Amino acid sequence: MEYDSPMKINFSKKIRFIYDLYYDGFVNMRVGKTLWILIFMKLFILFVIIKWLFFPDVMQENFKTDKARSAYILQQLTQESK
Amino acid sequence: MEHSALLVDWSRAQFALTALYHWLFVPLTLGLTFIVAIMETIYVKTGDEKWKTITKYWMGLLAINFAIGLATGIIMEFEFGTNWSNYSWIVGDIFGAPLAIEGLMAFFMESTFFAVMFFGWNKVSKKMHLTSTWLVAIGSNLSALWILLANGWMQHPVGMYFNPDTARNEMQDFSAIFFNPNGVSKFLHTISSGYVLASLFVIGISAWYLLKKRDLQFARRSMLVAASFGLITSLFMLTTGDEAAHQVALTQPMKLAAMEGLYRGEDRAGIVAIGLLDTTKEIGDEVEPFVFSFEIPGALSFLGYHNLNAFVPGLDDLVYGNKKHNIMSVKEKMVEGKKAITALGEYKQYKKAGDMPHAMAALKLFEANEKYMGYGYLKDPKDAVPSVALSFYSFHTMVGLGTWFILLFILVLYFTMTNEMHNKKWLLYASLFTLPFGYVAQEAGWITAEVGRQPWAIQDMLPVGMATSNVATTSVMITFWLFAILFTGLLIAEVKIMLKQIKIGPEGE
Repeated sequence: MEYDSPMKINFSKKIRFIYDLYYDGFVNMRVGKTLWILIFMKLFILFVIIKWLFFPDVMQENFKTDKARSAYILQQLTQESK
Repeated sequence: MEHSALLVDWSRAQFALTALYHWLFVPLTLGLTFIVAIMETIYVKTGDEKWKTITKYWMGLLAINFAIGLATGIIMEFEFGTNWSNYSWIVGDIFGAPLAIEGLMAFFMESTFFAVMFFGWNKVSKKMHLTSTWLVAIGSNLSALWILLANGWMQHPVGMYFNPDTARNEMQDFSAIFFNPNGVSKFLHTISSGYVLASLFVIGISAWYLLKKRDLQFARRSMLVAASFGLITSLFMLTTGDEAAHQVALTQPMKLAAMEGLYRGEDRAGIVAIGLLDTTKEIGDEVEPFVFSFEIPGALSFLGYHNLNAFVPGLDDLVYGNKKHNIMSVKEKMVEGKKAITALGEYKQYKKAGDMPHAMAALKLFEANEKYMGYGYLKDPKDAVPSVALSFYSFHTMVGLGTWFILLFILVLYFTMTNEMHNKKWLLYASLFTLPFGYVAQEAGWITAEVGRQPWAIQDMLPVGMATSNVATTSVMITFWLFAILFTGLLIAEVKIMLKQIKIGPEGE
């Protein structure tokens, strides 16, 4: 069977080709459907529950500017010498 | 300021847990992508549809591993921002740039070439599909390059300047970071270990089919590719391991001494092939380190310095110093480190007060002692020594299993080529039961690399106690158990889905 190279077809056909590639791919999946459910569950747990509840970016949340962040870290690094 | 030992230990345990689980998924992807690409190349070259079936089958298992492992590494980035915020700030763009490249590369590769590889069988030409498969293999390995270069930098920091005004390391020489021998050898050794694991995976599952007397041709062909690939890459792994050990000897001698349980330095030092450590042994005492051991004379000198007669410093030499071999003691380094920390504090104060002459003098003193800054945070010279038992046993587990894998690949390749493999039940069982040990070797290698470099988050610069954030220990404990449950669930899901697909077999494709 001969295939048109996606590189050689025009823009609208290219978009159609990419759409069909993903659409048909997802529709015809068997094990893949279970895997996608797992992926979405995992991403939900990771980004919505765990990240949101337990993993704030400490430096971003506690300090407004890079200057304040630097000052804090320098204070942490030099406190030991006192 | 150094945080409580409990917080540091829980933060470390959490990072170790996530990294260990993440590392269950990654190496198989690194290697299986190449094995699949080789199989598909044979299909395209020969036009034999059986090879297409074989390729699609292993590609299916690759997809399961990839999907379950996807984003497990992102948790470590959460941890950098929350539990290791001091560290994240101090490493600055040295770590940020490689991680960003890794993220972008992974995203674009996965959303484009992966899609063509899995969905494009009847949509694009054979050559284009094959190109996509190879690009997935190369891309996923290049993705690992950046993270391992960042890790290599932590083990041997080069190409940067510590800015005393911002408390960040700034990249000065990208090529020094990119070609950091520690990072390069780590990358090559890690990816080659992934190739070995993937070969063991294909051989182990194929052995199961042969034992069940089903899909025989499929299993034999799969074994032939995997054993050939495994043998070549395991020999490559051997050479990259040698280079990795050489780099450890040059830049992390304490790690090498711990890996070998070497307390007193020796010329012509031997490698302990098999040994049982005496748990009562302490740094600096007269107790013999091993209850029993079998040693290969000169091998450690050769491994570490490529010279059979070279002196290899032991833990005692590194902790207490050795004038004859010009080795500074940890105590002396701690004095220098404290000078650097004091000078940094004075620089900050003088600069704030506008006293620039004194600030510059303090900066000069800081720069003169900066090399040992991290030692200034240690409380006791013995704190510079990693866990000898964990380093020794994990290193020897990795090496012992690696040696067995090479032997297994030779045997499997030989008997597959002579068409006798299906009759060698002992070898089929050995192949099947070696598969979990492939994972054990992976984790042991990771433990050797990461436990061996303790107490440093950044070698000689920042101990883990200074790298952690001031967060609630209970929060770290809760998330530790959350991750343990989540990852165990994912692992069970992976094994269940994989086993189901294996039972269905290639004809189910």
